[in-house]
Amino acid sequence: METLNYRNKASQRAKGSKLQVIVGVVASGNLEVLAERVLPDSECEVDIRTAAEGFGEVWQAVVADFVEHRSPGGLKFSINDGGARPDTVALRLAQAVSAIEGERT
Amino acid sequence: MIAAALDNSKDQNDAASTSSWYEASARQRVENLLDANSFNEFIGPELRETSPHLPLFDLPEQFDDGMIVGYGRLGGKPVLIAAQEGRFMGGAFGEIHGAKLTGLLRAARDIASLPVLILFDTGGVRLQEANAGELAIAEIIRALIETRLAGVPVVGLVGGRSGCYGGGGLIAGCCSALAVSEQGRIGVSGPEVIETNRGVEEFDSKDRALVWRTMGGKHRRLIGGAEVFADDTVASFRDAASYLIEHAPSMNLSTLESEQFRLAQRIERFGTCADALDIWRSLGAAEPQSIPALSYREFVALANDLQEPRHDAR
Repeated sequence: METLNYRNKASQRAKGSKLQVIVGVVASGNLEVLAERVLPDSECEVDIRTAAEGFGEVWQAVVADFVEHRSPGGLKFSINDGGARPDTVALRLAQAVSAIEGERT
Repeated sequence: MIAAALDNSKDQNDAASTSSWYEASARQRVENLLDANSFNEFIGPELRETSPHLPLFDLPEQFDDGMIVGYGRLGGKPVLIAAQEGRFMGGAFGEIHGAKLTGLLRAARDIASLPVLILFDTGGVRLQEANAGELAIAEIIRALIETRLAGVPVVGLVGGRSGCYGGGGLIAGCCSALAVSEQGRIGVSGPEVIETNRGVEEFDSKDRALVWRTMGGKHRRLIGGAEVFADDTVASFRDAASYLIEHAPSMNLSTLESEQFRLAQRIERFGTCADALDIWRSLGAAEPQSIPALSYREFVALANDLQEPRHDAR
């Protein structure tokens, strides 16, 4: 197991008023993302526990790209990962933002 | 008599309720089964009550430990509900996973007025939590029996990808009533376990047709192991759940004696059968080999002709 943590600046606050959502499941090649609205509006934190070790740089790139595009200000993401590929991670993060902003998942 | 009168073929317009039960996650099942926005979760994932055992094995945890418990409304009436996530460690019972269900059942016993739904999707006890998991099964069964003795129906729904095996199969057997879909399977030892212990000649776990006709929903319905055969949709399970809550038998000494009598009769009647096909034939099915291919409606009609589950039992 490897624990990773990234804190990025976000240009805008995530929309909506929901306080938390959870998406995904911890299974082989999959992950769960718990999003909580607990940070200042310009902050975004991603906390990761992953079964696949040694992919810190990939995670950092995926997270930075995600924060840049979705601007999930105010949200803390907690991830339990069962070895998902970067594209799956990106989709789950996007799904979590959509869910907390009030769109259907 | 439960199943004969049930018609759960009502048209449902919302896509969520006609979506596949088998394919849905535990959270989607709960969300779509209950009345819209009525679900309130106890000990939600944000509390991070995760397994104390998995980190010892360097295995990833899930924030809800694969068990969702809470209350909501079904057709306007309040219910307590538990759902297993079959994709997280095969929906297996561990210490926290089991404690959440035990707590829900004890609450149901104490409140004594809210029925309980258990959405099973499990391969049995989580191997990494072996003894804690076995203890959880025992605690759940005790709590379930106490709940039923308090006059509360406990209804199990089985239609997930992990089936309902191991301790989950034992818990299901203690429920007031069960609904199962064709994709659902109910048993104690799963196919691979039997093959590993007794050899491929005893049971070939790769033979999917054999597995389904031995443990699958159609067979369980025909031999009275489940009261209602559901279609693989949330809407069908919703109707089955409402129906079974209304019609679940109470639990007392005469219920247990009836159940004992029913099971003894079952052994007497089918004990020499080598295959499910033989059982279906002796039940009176003209073409038993055609049963696995029957559609939902065709099968329900046939099952109602062949056998009415006995609801003086359970």
